[in-house]
Amino acid sequence: MPETIIQDELKPHVSPAQERWDIFKRNKMALASGAFLILLFVIALVGKAVTAGTDPLIDPSTVRLTQKLLPPMTPFESGEVAEEDAPLFGIYLLGTDDFGRDLFARMLEGTFVSLTVGFVAVGISMTVGIFLGGLAGYYGRVKFGFLTIDTLIMRAVDIMLCFPTFFLILTVVALLPPSIYNIMIVIGLTSWMQTTRLVRADFLALRDQDFVIAARSQAIPEWRIIFLHCVPNAMAPVLVSATIGVATAILTESALSFLGFGVQPPDATWGNILADGRTLIFDAPWLTFIPGITILFVVLAFNLCGEGLREAFNPKLRQTR
Amino acid sequence: MLAFIIRNIGQRLILLVFISIIAHAIVHLAPGEPSLVDPANPRMKAEDIERIRAAFHLDDPLHVQYFYWMRDLFTGELKSFKDNQPVLKKIWERFLNSVPLFILATLITWCVAFPIGIKAALARGTPFDKSTTFLAYFLISFPGFFLSYILIIYLVQTFDIPVISMRTFGLEDAGTWTRINDRLWHLTLPAIMTAIVGVAVLSRYVRSQMLEVIHHDYIRTARAKGLSEDAVIYKHALRNALLPFITMFGLMIPGLISGSVIFEQIFAWPGMGRLGYDAILSRDFPVILTLNFIAAVLTLIGTLVSDVLYALADPRIKF
Repeated sequence: MPETIIQDELKPHVSPAQERWDIFKRNKMALASGAFLILLFVIALVGKAVTAGTDPLIDPSTVRLTQKLLPPMTPFESGEVAEEDAPLFGIYLLGTDDFGRDLFARMLEGTFVSLTVGFVAVGISMTVGIFLGGLAGYYGRVKFGFLTIDTLIMRAVDIMLCFPTFFLILTVVALLPPSIYNIMIVIGLTSWMQTTRLVRADFLALRDQDFVIAARSQAIPEWRIIFLHCVPNAMAPVLVSATIGVATAILTESALSFLGFGVQPPDATWGNILADGRTLIFDAPWLTFIPGITILFVVLAFNLCGEGLREAFNPKLRQTR
Repeated sequence: MLAFIIRNIGQRLILLVFISIIAHAIVHLAPGEPSLVDPANPRMKAEDIERIRAAFHLDDPLHVQYFYWMRDLFTGELKSFKDNQPVLKKIWERFLNSVPLFILATLITWCVAFPIGIKAALARGTPFDKSTTFLAYFLISFPGFFLSYILIIYLVQTFDIPVISMRTFGLEDAGTWTRINDRLWHLTLPAIMTAIVGVAVLSRYVRSQMLEVIHHDYIRTARAKGLSEDAVIYKHALRNALLPFITMFGLMIPGLISGSVIFEQIFAWPGMGRLGYDAILSRDFPVILTLNFIAAVLTLIGTLVSDVLYALADPRIKF
């Protein structure tokens, strides 16, 4: 088949995905961060599996009042506490808190909750951002009354940018009944502006491209053109800002916990373990430093990974290679 | 030029009306009312709650409440729910406390971030660039209050820096110089903490802006016609790289108010952030709303000034 041969020769030797992966690989810190994050997802899932349910393998909420504030690596002694309340491997890997709860089990439980807060909040802000940005970019010139849709949406973005974000989050979270879902939703709904701007900027260029006109000529419904044809082409900057958004959401949750409005007990997150531990910073420094340094490293990994992705998706870097 | 400014002011006034409506709606639609703060108080009877609700107009429809808020705000008669003090006076007192913190933090941010960012961009790929990049991400990733606690413990133990409130208790009769010195030391740590994240973020922006500009044709032209490297970098590249930062000035204002909530809480600094936090705790709607409103006004003024400055600084922009 001669046509196929010609097409094969025209094809670039490296696929775009391969090219991006090569650039991402050159940034050693981003690569290490990516590996660390994948490991973290595994830990979060395993942690969820062993700490959830009615009869978990290790129970993060077991209270052992005789074993308060034990430093990390203290072996478990079964004299005063029942044998079934023993921590994993019979040792308090990360010590215990002021209720005698095993910090290792609580950190494991918190891994899943903290990451869920980050991912759901970012998921909400990405959905809103892509939807509004896509509408503003694609239907930019359509009049709606005497204003264009583009003007309406971008003025909404301007309005949201005028609010002091953290103060707004704090107000709403404090007024609503305390619940982990409210925190995720509020963080998500106050951080969609940047995504909207990025998606809109990409759509302004995309809407006049040949493949969009071709799709339109085939009478493909417009929602399909927007969400199945255009959105995948505008995903690169969104992906980068999503990665960094997860980091920001985890930090926001810990700041809310510090002020007493974070995720409430019995759910453990890194943020509320850190916030509860700070009153005991002289007596039990591990209660502050272990969650604090965990947050630091995880957020750092998300940020460095985002930076690596930004480089990998940057067309300028691709050309100069 | 004048038409441009007037049109901009008009657009911003419309935005301000929408912002105030949205803020009012968010605060009033959320459950939780001033009368519910202390339901266990045995001295609060049902008729007391009725009386409070009537006094605060909480039973009226939302748009009527909005009208009352706007009327009282502009006649200056808006009273706090909590202690019946005029809201504007309360905020103004706290604002005066926050201003030195804002100014010092902003100064530190800009004075440290620009040299680092420029140096990192010029020395791209060197150990200096890589280490400042890593350091910037490291500082962004630190939970603010965790870093503050570590710094407080370390600095108080080694250097004996005061960290609580704005002045040392009992120094009221000391000499002027001692008091000024005391105030400055109290200011140091909160200002540094507020500035740290700013330095990290801004130095990254400066670096990427500088890198963007350095690859333009006119830089190559400047080099080709034999200008000294200093003239190329500081006259041609830096001036163009600085342009976007004029617009950042206005958008930084809400961040300053937001960021101050945490740090004023840690350092017991009686500023606007703490006022807001206390108002949220006691459901003091007029204070919350007015703080939001003032933040929005400051931001809009900031963006207006930076738009005008941008137009003045960049001859390519026409009206």
